[in-house]
This record gives sequence, structure tokens and C-alpha cells, in this order.
Amino acid sequence: MLIDVHAHFYTERSGRADWQTVNAARLDAGRRIGITAHVASILGSWGASSPTYFPSPEDVTHANDRMVELLREHREIHGYCVVNPNYTDHALGEIEQRLEQGMIGVKLAASRRASDKLLDPIASLAGERGVPILHHVWHFRRRDWSGQEASDASELAALAERHLATDFIMAHLGGGGDWSHSLRVVREVPNIWVDLSGSGVDVDMLDAAVREIGSARLLWGADITLGTAWAKLRYLESCDLAGDDLDLIKYGNAFQIFPAGVFRDGD
Amino acid sequence: MTVTDVAAFVGDYPYRAISHGTTDWLLSQMDRVGIDRAWVGHLPSFLYRDPAPGNAVLEQSLAQHRDRLAPVPVVHPGLPRWEDDTNRAIELDAPALRAYPIHQGLDPSGGAMRVFAAAAASARVPLLLTVKFEDVRQRHPLDTVADLPAAAVRQLVRSDPELRIIVTHADRAFVEEVHFGLTPREAARLLWDISWIWGPPENHLAALLDSMGVKRFTLGTAMPLRIPDTSFARLDLLDVSSAERSAILGDNLHAFLD
Repeated sequence: MLIDVHAHFYTERSGRADWQTVNAARLDAGRRIGITAHVASILGSWGASSPTYFPSPEDVTHANDRMVELLREHREIHGYCVVNPNYTDHALGEIEQRLEQGMIGVKLAASRRASDKLLDPIASLAGERGVPILHHVWHFRRRDWSGQEASDASELAALAERHLATDFIMAHLGGGGDWSHSLRVVREVPNIWVDLSGSGVDVDMLDAAVREIGSARLLWGADITLGTAWAKLRYLESCDLAGDDLDLIKYGNAFQIFPAGVFRDGD
Repeated sequence: MTVTDVAAFVGDYPYRAISHGTTDWLLSQMDRVGIDRAWVGHLPSFLYRDPAPGNAVLEQSLAQHRDRLAPVPVVHPGLPRWEDDTNRAIELDAPALRAYPIHQGLDPSGGAMRVFAAAAASARVPLLLTVKFEDVRQRHPLDTVADLPAAAVRQLVRSDPELRIIVTHADRAFVEEVHFGLTPREAARLLWDISWIWGPPENHLAALLDSMGVKRFTLGTAMPLRIPDTSFARLDLLDVSSAERSAILGDNLHAFLD
């Protein structure tokens, strides 16, 4: 069993003519790799009608509608509810509705800094409903970058420490930035889990993640580069991890933080 | 077919700690993933004002493993007597010559680089150029140099009709800009390593193989900065024949050097 905790799909409103091809390519590559569950989100219109990281409520709703359709069409697809926390009522309503429709987590990207108190009601609701929040992170953000109000690990940690009953997934350790800074930050924050996705494939990043965070808080994922994700899995397989640590990274930890029963035995 | 990695290193990296900069680790990873031979550079030399001491370290480091590890020394074409370093590399039977014009403070397609390129062409030794070492988002605050520009590769290829260049760590946009900005005869004197070209779902590598042909690509890993598994995983996600796979893993390189 292999669970990708960080997947994305596209829709007809994603501003690219090849959206169906890209979606199909993810599922095809997933079959080759042996992915049994894609836990995915759609980031609004991906910039077509509102910014990827600042999606309008309309685009959020449309994306979540399509995500629900996908998880109903494909038993291997599971969904995160995407929200823009600047529209608090809309965000809370989306989470309530989408969890009822079968989604199993919340996706926060970069619409508002993670440490901002505006995120508190969302974090509280996720904790009450027992679903994790996958939070986009720019590892050691030294300045603001255009197009997003990205958070770094320190800011996610501030949120996580205010919501100890909520599980957070720090997105894409290999997704850009200084991973060593993030690992230092989150190693003492027990309700932050580390997703290994992203195009980055640094040898020392993987070694340090295992050494400093431990296999019991690492999650395997791909984001938008499945080849690098598979490569990282192969490298970890070669590392002679203790006991069933590799299985924890592949699926065991995901079993723990997502609602019970959503991943079927034998998948 | 000899599986050959054209982009491996030994040594430390100046901007962050490297845990595995030894030949022993390199060889162990080659054995693990199935790489027969590696072209090896001395990693910190890209910042050395004079790369000659780094080349000496490289020569010494690989001395016991020359059956599998080939040295690719660095030449600084802006230094006096750079020809000596070039000649020493040729004496060592180096399969290629590295230069880092951006880090060396040189115009990457300026006069010094063109003279060096002509010398390499005359010696029938390819240049090995590195676009970048790390993603721009993760670089050290002092690591502010630009990537090698695609325009420089085009200009260098055009500067000498006998020159061959292997470019490592280029992404799809870079590869396409250079390849389709050259005549077919010029483009045939370039080889690209696949280490930084994305696979699915965007399928950049598949798109490039389709548009440029399999012959233009070869294996690179960037060990010990990056895990060697990436290029192999990407190949395993492609619909290519065993002959095409062999071409990328080594046969293309062999033909390129003939």
C-alpha cells in the first residue's frame, strides 16, 4: 500500500487545455508506482480566474465540487477541501459541506499567513472533525514572494501550537526553500507531520528528515512531480530503516492522521 | 551498454553540509542503482579562484578507482596558463572538461570561454557545463549568481564547428530554447542530462524525447547533492523501448564521444 498525501488535479476551468491529459497522467503514473490512494486538492482555478494562492470563493466552490466528483469517480482518489481563510464563513461552510461529501482533510495554501489568528476557526473545526490540515510551506521564507502569502515552518508551528488537537501536514519538504530550517522548527512540534513531496531530491534532506523527525512523523507524497517522489521512496527503501518504519512513511502514518476507515485494507 | 553518469561529484559543497562526499559512498550508490561508470567532478572547485588544487585533490581521490570513476577537472579560462590545466586533464584521459563561467566571473560566451572552447574542440574533448547546482528557492543567501544562460550555450555551440558540449541540470524550457535555437547540425553537438527534467504528470521528459529524439539525452545524477534514483524513476515512468532506455543510460554518450 502506498498513499500519496499531496496530490493535485485540474478542471476545465484550470486555464490549460491539457487538463484531462495531466489528470490521466497522474493516475497512470500512480498505477506504475503502486500508489493506492491519492489524497488530492484542486487549487481553485489554478490562476485562470483568480490567483492560485488567493482563490475567489466561487473558484474554491467550483474546485471542491470537481474534487467531490473525482473522488466519486475514482475509488483511489480522496479529497482535501480547499479554502481561502480570508472568507471565514465561506471556508467553514465549505469544510462542513465537503467533509459530509466524503473529503478527508483541509488544504490551506498561501492566502493568509499560518500564524494569523484568522486561521484559528479553521484549525479548530478540523480538529473537532478529526481531519488533518495540509499546509503549503515555503521553507525558510526570507521575504515575500509574489503571488502568495506563503508561510514558513515557524509560522505553521505557531498555529499548530495553538491547536494541539489538530494534526497538520507541513507540505512538500522538497518543494523549495531551506528544508534544514523547517526540520529544526518542527522536530519539537508533535502535531506537525512532514510531507516529503516536491521536486527537491537532496540526499541530505532525506537523511535529515529520518534522523531529526523520525519515520513516525514522515508522510510520502508527490505534489506535481511523481518521478521525484518515486525516487525518494526508492532511496528510503535502500536506507535499511528499522522495523516497519518504511511502511509508516508509505501508509502507516497516513492511517493515523486521516479519519479511520477511509483507506481500504487490501488497496 | 555501459551505464554512465556524467554528473557526479566528490567533495564538500560550500553552501551546506554534505554527508556523503566520498568515493566510497559514490561507488556504493552506483552499485545500488546500477551505474557502471561515473564522470566525477570536485564539487567545491566551482568556487575556487584557482581550480588547480581542486583538480589535484580530484585526481588523488579517484586514483584507486579509475576503472569506474573518471575525473572531469575544472578549467578557469580567465586564469594565466589555463592551458596547463587543460593539458593536464587530457594527460589524465579526462572524458570532458568542466568550466563554471558564471561562478568564475566570466562572460559565459565571451572571449575567454570561446578560446577555451576552441581548445577543447581541438583536443576533441567535450565541455561539461552545469546550469545550476540547487533550486533557486533553497540557495544560501550569499549564493546569488545567476544560472548559466541558455543563450550562452547557443553561442558557444556556434563558436566552433567541432565543439561538443554536455549540459547538466537543465530543465525543459532551457533544453528547448537551446535545441530549437540551433540548426540540426549544431544541435547534434549537444547532449543533455535528464536529471532536472520533470516526469509525470507534466511529462516534460516524454515531451522532449518526442520532439527532439532520444539521441540527445544521457544520464546524470548530481550525486552527492541529489539522490541518484531520480533519473531511473523517470525512465521507469516512460513508455520507451529497452533500446531507447539503453541509449539514454549510456549508448548515446558513447556515440557522442566517437
